[in-house]
Amino acid sequence: MRTIIFRSIAPFLTSLMVLFSIFVLLRGHNEPGGGFIGGLIAASALAIYGIACGVAAVRRAIYYHPIAISAFGLFMATLAGVLSMFAGVPFMSGLWIYPEILGVELALSSVLIFDVGVYLVVVGAISSIALGLEEGDRD
Amino acid sequence: MSAAAPGTTFIVLMLPFLAAVIAPWLTRRLGHNAAWLLALAPVAIFVHFLGFSAEVADGGFVTGGFQWVPSYNVSFSWLIDGLSLTFALLISGIGALIILYSGGYLKGHDQLGRFFAFMLLFMGAMLGVVISDSFLMLFVYWELTSITSFLLIGFDHTREASRRAAIQALVVTGGGGLALLAGLLVIWNITGVSQISLLLNYGDDVRASPFYLLALLLVLGGAFSKSAQFPLHFWLPNAMEAPTPVSAYLHSATMVKAGVYLLMRLNPVLGDTVWWETLLPLFGGATLIVGTLLAIRQTDLKLMLAYTTVSSLGLLVMLTGFGSEHAIAAAVLYLVAHSLFKGALFMVAGLIDHETGTRDVTALGGLRKAMPITFFAAMAAAISMAGLPPFVGFLAKEEIYYALWATNPWALAFVAVAVLGNALMFVIGFAVAIKPFFGPLVKTPKAAHEGPVLLWLGPVVLGVAALIAALLSPLTHRFISSPMASAVAGRAETVSISLVPHMGPALILSLVTVAIGVVFYLALDRLRAGMAWLLLAIGWGPDRGFDQLISGLVRLSMVITRFVQPGRLDIYMTVTFLMIAAALIGPMAWYGEWPSMPVWPADAQFHELVVIAIAFIGLLAVIYARDRLTAIVSLGVQGFAVALIFMLFGAPDLSFTQFMVETLAVVILALVMTRLKLTSSDHRPTGRKLVDLSVALACGIGFMLYLLAVTQQPFNTALSEFFAAYSKVVAHGTNVVNVIIVDFRGTDTLGEIAVVMVTGLAILSLIRIRSLRSGEIADNDPDQPRTDRYGPEHLGPDQTGKVT
Repeated sequence: MRTIIFRSIAPFLTSLMVLFSIFVLLRGHNEPGGGFIGGLIAASALAIYGIACGVAAVRRAIYYHPIAISAFGLFMATLAGVLSMFAGVPFMSGLWIYPEILGVELALSSVLIFDVGVYLVVVGAISSIALGLEEGDRD
Repeated sequence: MSAAAPGTTFIVLMLPFLAAVIAPWLTRRLGHNAAWLLALAPVAIFVHFLGFSAEVADGGFVTGGFQWVPSYNVSFSWLIDGLSLTFALLISGIGALIILYSGGYLKGHDQLGRFFAFMLLFMGAMLGVVISDSFLMLFVYWELTSITSFLLIGFDHTREASRRAAIQALVVTGGGGLALLAGLLVIWNITGVSQISLLLNYGDDVRASPFYLLALLLVLGGAFSKSAQFPLHFWLPNAMEAPTPVSAYLHSATMVKAGVYLLMRLNPVLGDTVWWETLLPLFGGATLIVGTLLAIRQTDLKLMLAYTTVSSLGLLVMLTGFGSEHAIAAAVLYLVAHSLFKGALFMVAGLIDHETGTRDVTALGGLRKAMPITFFAAMAAAISMAGLPPFVGFLAKEEIYYALWATNPWALAFVAVAVLGNALMFVIGFAVAIKPFFGPLVKTPKAAHEGPVLLWLGPVVLGVAALIAALLSPLTHRFISSPMASAVAGRAETVSISLVPHMGPALILSLVTVAIGVVFYLALDRLRAGMAWLLLAIGWGPDRGFDQLISGLVRLSMVITRFVQPGRLDIYMTVTFLMIAAALIGPMAWYGEWPSMPVWPADAQFHELVVIAIAFIGLLAVIYARDRLTAIVSLGVQGFAVALIFMLFGAPDLSFTQFMVETLAVVILALVMTRLKLTSSDHRPTGRKLVDLSVALACGIGFMLYLLAVTQQPFNTALSEFFAAYSKVVAHGTNVVNVIIVDFRGTDTLGEIAVVMVTGLAILSLIRIRSLRSGEIADNDPDQPRTDRYGPEHLGPDQTGKVT
């Protein structure tokens, strides 16, 4: 699989896919997409990078251990739920704020935090399995 | 009481737990002298509860507490009446002495801090049992006493006998606790109240209920296991593996009386029925006789005492079962007397053991001069145990005979049982108190001399207390016996027996008891030999039965495990898919509700037909693929075709996800395959292939029929309309699917992603284990052929494939 063409193209492909996955994640609330599908896209991006350039390169690129990313995602999602309790509404109720940044109104919500958490859980769990399997193949 | 009392009582209930937390630290700083400070906790509890005695003596009771789980009507509440107050005073009073005694007994032991902590934990638990008003609180504390008892029996955990005894006690008493929980729930269901103080008004309802017998049997299961009633008595003598302070405190004075406490507590509710008045006296009487006979057999001081504890508990259960005014008074007096004299005797036994190095009664003698204080305490306790004046044991025994005496055969039988039991306890009491102290001085492993104050303080105080309680009997009755008897009987009772013997059958029975006791005492050695021979001849007992039960259980679970977990992945998969097929097809076949076959749509578009054709091609490619990699990729083709169908029929989110899942599935399956070093092609024999084929077909057809059946149901649009209407308004999102996932059903998603994360973690650790093992093998023998690295010990046979 380590052909020159694939290896040269893989970093670009991966970056594009990761970017696209974030796009899919963010637009998920109103258009097709969301954290789950975004996470799957990002995981396949990392898998492609791993097949092309090796597991070590992927691990360097994502810096944190994938299972730690997954755990952090779960933590974020839980936190998004708990946030509502501090606001005096039941666990998991969506909270919304609309700050204006550079003249553009942004819709930020605890739901978004939750969705990012879902994204991270999926990326982390799947890439940790994929990387673990790929890595074992080499030693 | 003052308004602050509820808060204070709560703090007092928590005090032992707090003391337990600081005990190890304190012991590290102060050594065994920490006992003096730690004993302050039970002393404070004692003083606090003493404050209630005036009110309780006047026939009142105190309740308090707060809501715990209001939605289920569960409260953390307590009830202080004559019964619980007496128990609380015994637990805290004897507890203080025991803590001091432990300091002397285990002086220099490197785990002393842990020991103090366990003892104090137990104290807190036991206090909770007797103070609890709420059923669930009672149950929690009840099981906590079982657990702390487990910890204390197994304190010397390097010895196998201790561990076995600890597990045995936990299984028996913990299991009984579960029966108790079930019993309490039944009572809760009958009456609708979960508090003892309220339950006392519902006695007639419970007794009239068709579930009365069930409730009674379950409660008796709890009480009899805890209070070591025959045939569940065997754990108590084995529990003597624990250090002596534990035996004195848990296994004579307090914990084993929890069962008796429970029976006394529920006497107004469950008592006064034929069942109650038959079962309790029968089991109690049997326990009384069996316990004393087995006690005769023993030569170990602690075991002799342990078996008499069993018989004393039997006596208490028997008296509680009779339920008459005098029987209850007798039970109450005997319970107090027993706690005092048995606690003292156990401490004496430990003291002798500690100072001489042995507690074999045949290897001891002549300690009278070397240990005068111990001798004094032992004599005081033994006289009380034998039921002689001027100790409180005498009052108890007089009351017992007074209560039992009647001239019908049933009563006479129990009179005989009581006389024989008391006579044998008389024998054991004096065997423990006289044999080691009189006669010529026997050489012991350690040269005997009087123990330190920490050790003799406890038995002396208890011995003196037994004397004072009898001498000041009007006071004892006013503050202890009468309120307690009233609580047990459920109506006001007055206990009035004094040291002045009343002429009549009771006194005559006492004299008979003493006479039999003296005769048996003189013939003790011959009796012991006879019992030993008898037990040998029987050759089986509940103790061995317990072992057989446990080993049978282990064997059974091994057989079941071997059956349901054969360790072959292909079997697991086959069974799983067969179950899925059965679950899908079974109900339809059972009810004959087959879906009607759909007609071929006339308006099928060309591109739709193409997509379906691709799916079929992918499927055929899977079946006819020569090697596994092609099969995996072909499966991906089929999956993509399905994703396209989703897309065409208006489910973009589903379609996207399907695309990604298919992609990742292909990647991961390919990785797994290379990782497992499977041979590239499929080597299943034809028969096996046919079986797998039919399972796969059954699953596929099952799913198809199921989906057809579902879509042929009239579609309920309530949910779709709700989500369509509120998605934008409430959750600020137009993508309904995503809004459902992250907002409307967010908690579900939280659970799901937790599963995803944990699954990832589990798979990662599986991969790690395998890499580690293969790494080790590779390190040991780098020339080993690769195909042999993953032997069948790591994988099911099917996964390893066949090496060609």
